[in-house]
Amino acid sequence: MSPDPAMTATAPAAEAAVRKSSPGTAGGPRRRTGRSRRIGLPYLLLLPALLFELLVHLVPMVIGIVMSFKELTQFYIRDWGTAPWAGLDNYSVSVDFDAPVGEALLHSFLVTIAFTLLSVGLCWLTGTAAAVFMQDTFRGRGLLRALFLVPYALPVYAAVITWVFMFQHDNGLVNHVLHDQLGITGKPPFWLIGDNSFVALLTVSVWKGWPFAFLIVTAGLQNIPRELYEAAALDGAGMIQQIRRITLPSLRPVNQVLVLVLFLWTFNDFNTPYVLFGKTAPEAADLISVHIYQASFVTWDFGTGSAMSVLLLLFLLVVTGVYLVLTSRRRRTAP
Amino acid sequence: MSTLPRSPMAPSRSFLRYRRIFLTLLTGFVMIPVYVMISSSLKPLADVTGTFRWLPTELTIRPYIDIWSTVPLGRYFVNSLVVAGAATVCSVVIAVFAAYAVSRYDFRGKRVFTVTVLSTQMFPGILFLLPLFLIYVNIGNATGIALFGSRGGLILTYLTFSLPFSVWMLIGYFDSVPRDLDEAALVDGCGPLGALFRVVVPAAVPGIVAVAVYAFMTAWGEVLFASVMTNDTTRTLAVGLQGYSTLNDVYWNQIMAASLVVSVPVVAGFLLLQRYLVAGLTAGAVK
Amino acid sequence: MRRIRAAATGAVMLSLALTASACGGGSSTGGGSNDSPEELTYWASNQGAGIEIDKKVLRPELDKFEKQTGIKVKLEVVPWSDLLNRILTATTSGQGPDVLNIGNTWSASLQATGALQPWDAEQFEKIGGKDRFVDSALGSTGAAGQDPAAVPLYSMAYALYYNKQMFADAGIDGPPATWDELAAAGKKLSKDGKWGMGVEGSNPAENIHHAFVFAEQHGADFFTADGKADFTSDAAVAAVKRYVDLMAKDKVIAPGNAEYAQNQSVSDFAKGKTGMLLWQSASANLESQGMSEDAYGIAPVPVRSGTPGTGKQVNSMVAGINLAVFKNSDNLDGATEFVKFMTSDAEQKILNTAYSSIPPVKAAQEDPAFGSPADAVLKDTLATSAVALPQVPDESQFETAVGTAVKELFADAAAGREVTTGSVKAALTKAQQQMPRK
Repeated sequence: MSPDPAMTATAPAAEAAVRKSSPGTAGGPRRRTGRSRRIGLPYLLLLPALLFELLVHLVPMVIGIVMSFKELTQFYIRDWGTAPWAGLDNYSVSVDFDAPVGEALLHSFLVTIAFTLLSVGLCWLTGTAAAVFMQDTFRGRGLLRALFLVPYALPVYAAVITWVFMFQHDNGLVNHVLHDQLGITGKPPFWLIGDNSFVALLTVSVWKGWPFAFLIVTAGLQNIPRELYEAAALDGAGMIQQIRRITLPSLRPVNQVLVLVLFLWTFNDFNTPYVLFGKTAPEAADLISVHIYQASFVTWDFGTGSAMSVLLLLFLLVVTGVYLVLTSRRRRTAP
Repeated sequence: MSTLPRSPMAPSRSFLRYRRIFLTLLTGFVMIPVYVMISSSLKPLADVTGTFRWLPTELTIRPYIDIWSTVPLGRYFVNSLVVAGAATVCSVVIAVFAAYAVSRYDFRGKRVFTVTVLSTQMFPGILFLLPLFLIYVNIGNATGIALFGSRGGLILTYLTFSLPFSVWMLIGYFDSVPRDLDEAALVDGCGPLGALFRVVVPAAVPGIVAVAVYAFMTAWGEVLFASVMTNDTTRTLAVGLQGYSTLNDVYWNQIMAASLVVSVPVVAGFLLLQRYLVAGLTAGAVK
Repeated sequence: MRRIRAAATGAVMLSLALTASACGGGSSTGGGSNDSPEELTYWASNQGAGIEIDKKVLRPELDKFEKQTGIKVKLEVVPWSDLLNRILTATTSGQGPDVLNIGNTWSASLQATGALQPWDAEQFEKIGGKDRFVDSALGSTGAAGQDPAAVPLYSMAYALYYNKQMFADAGIDGPPATWDELAAAGKKLSKDGKWGMGVEGSNPAENIHHAFVFAEQHGADFFTADGKADFTSDAAVAAVKRYVDLMAKDKVIAPGNAEYAQNQSVSDFAKGKTGMLLWQSASANLESQGMSEDAYGIAPVPVRSGTPGTGKQVNSMVAGINLAVFKNSDNLDGATEFVKFMTSDAEQKILNTAYSSIPPVKAAQEDPAFGSPADAVLKDTLATSAVALPQVPDESQFETAVGTAVKELFADAAAGREVTTGSVKAALTKAQQQMPRK
């Protein structure tokens, strides 16, 4: 099942989102067959996907936006058709950064950005390094590759609760090693409360996330033509230079998709912080997804929770748009 | 060590040394939690809650017996398999159709569709948990189809969760299947669907496997929606494992044992498929 | 082209229809009915050592009920991690069980949603009258001046569990009755890697239960008479500080307890790593961890004066589970019948024995089955010195806000930072600002 070299000339679908697909690449079969009979076919093929997206993603989102303009506290959730309209109140509360609610949201937002950037960066770096190191065959490579995929295949709850277990202050493995066995720390640090909780969260997130990056980059590496390396080797380029001049540029299209997907998933990740810290995360690790969950489900204010979600959605839309435009332009200008 | 270098330049000695250091550290990082799971699952509860020891002082297989009676683990496991399996099959089939349309046809609204598909990846799950539940209840009231609390509702939800990324990846993959192939099939008298199933799909098997694995893992691990959309008979593993922490007691050893038991089949299946997965993701995402 | 436009219009119409119907909030406005008199759905909370074990306890009783009335009860034991979310979604959609267990501290919050059937005098008459129940338990069934939203099912109270051997070794005569005595005893116990007492510092619910009792003892209320949040009074600050000082100043609690949220403090006590524990019905749990019943003693939670009682001598919250009827039930009569069955003297005896809780029904409480010394302490506490958490609609926000504030104060203490009146006040001020202003 090795990939046919001819099959690798494709554009990522992400690009279709920002650039109209060039004429001539599509429409092959249609031009050959009866136009009148086939005109509905593409729509027919899209119909199931469209219906499910409408039902599960788009309509709920519209409802969520409607909710964000309502006063939806426990007094009204039972019949929220009659809940009073709140106008922009939920939004103004959320973005009033001088008041406690807005201030907490802003803090949580900044923590999330820092966390996401670090996590995506480390996942990508670890995944790429591992993929590059494992490009050559060596004994045990298959076994290692299998082991590396285990974190991705464990149920999230099981994986994270194991980390909780390891991060315990008194009985956990981490302090046992750092403090009791290596004696690095003067007194055992806390990982699940206080400022270190950010490190704990990051560790778990990278542990769970890097195999996905490893997988995709491994795949991407297989498509780099060997001739490129041979030519570079003839020019006298060393290992490091080969990686810099050939491997990384060739991986750019893979990375464009990978980094974006990792970014969106990490930013919206709910399961990891929720299992790690429960319903109230320590301030240093107060990710926005849990923060919104707390605002809506724990304090029963679904209006404000929805308003925060909509703000988040807008932010991600802007970031993604800018990212796609930037990365696509760079690719088009670069040969 | 017999190496068969892909790069023509033989790896230098220092490269080999760095590789060994890096891979050893990484293996440790990956495997230590797994080791903790295994060793804790073999300890009595009192030992698990005590100070951590690398080697268990007392081994017991009791947790592996108790896991079945503390929560209905078997049923949760079957539920998860059914839900994740069905969601995967449906998601893949639907994504294949949609990706084929986008890859092979020019039509109005194509851009709107791809942009929309992409943007659904940005919705915070919290935003539509409650609305989705309301929709399911209302559909249930109007048509008598029970979507909330049933496996069907969960399948529907999860298949849609994985749909965007699946479509996105498959479009790229189908684009890479040479057009001459399906045109030849059309000339041979196949309809467009015939061309899809006889030519494009077989050529894209690795990509489809990749999408399937991704869709399965999405459904397998989801916690938030499963926690409100299931009841006792339809609860999935991701949520059900939390049953080992009761009001007064947390059965750490049983959590670990149960996690391992349910993970073994998945990891095994995953490893069997990984060669296809690697080949599949390649063409889907690479220019 | 026409077909495309038709399809597009169809899609838009469909989504509009879905939106509109969902915006209507479902059928939840309608009241209940008796459309399906043969069947009931019951959500039980997880009271025993596991979901399956709960089912084994409850199933025979539900079969008994079916034999008596012909009504089949569909049972679901909902884990605590999901219960409140399940109730919230059921409330929003109108699609829920007929009868359900709720944590009694949620009573007023859920009452405010209007999703639960109010228990007026007439309704209570159907299950034998309000005065069958212990007063303190009734105090935790909804806001004052309103018909209760639920009926007490199981009661629990906090007690002081102490390790007899460790006390003897340290030369302590008996369980402490005041906090000063507790601190003194704790100091004697805290040596050689052992500690005086354990707490669940990262569990907001546990924190709030203790903070509330300390506040009562200092004469502070977290809510004003008209239901407004008032977390920052001097007495409230002093109360919270007194509690956190057990770790920060008296140092009778191990700093590691600040991150406990998974009942590690019970394990520590069972293993003899701590000499004291404030807990509700810990017996079954301690036994499963290998601590035999004669290894520990049970005493009332300390109060400032040494004698528990009303007012400032309160030494426990009224903990427990209430049974509520969902207003959207399609078998209201059957649901009431079921509540009557579950609160009958006979069932109360069976169920509370199985869950090592105290029956909130007076007649059942007098049964010799609840006459052990441990139960005597709990019964006494419930009868004379336990008070319900504030019965206000904002209760769950209060739990989260103040519970989290205490959690962070413990984190400070554990990290070696000083906990002062100022820092406690700042934490409580922040908590108060997070409360809804409406």
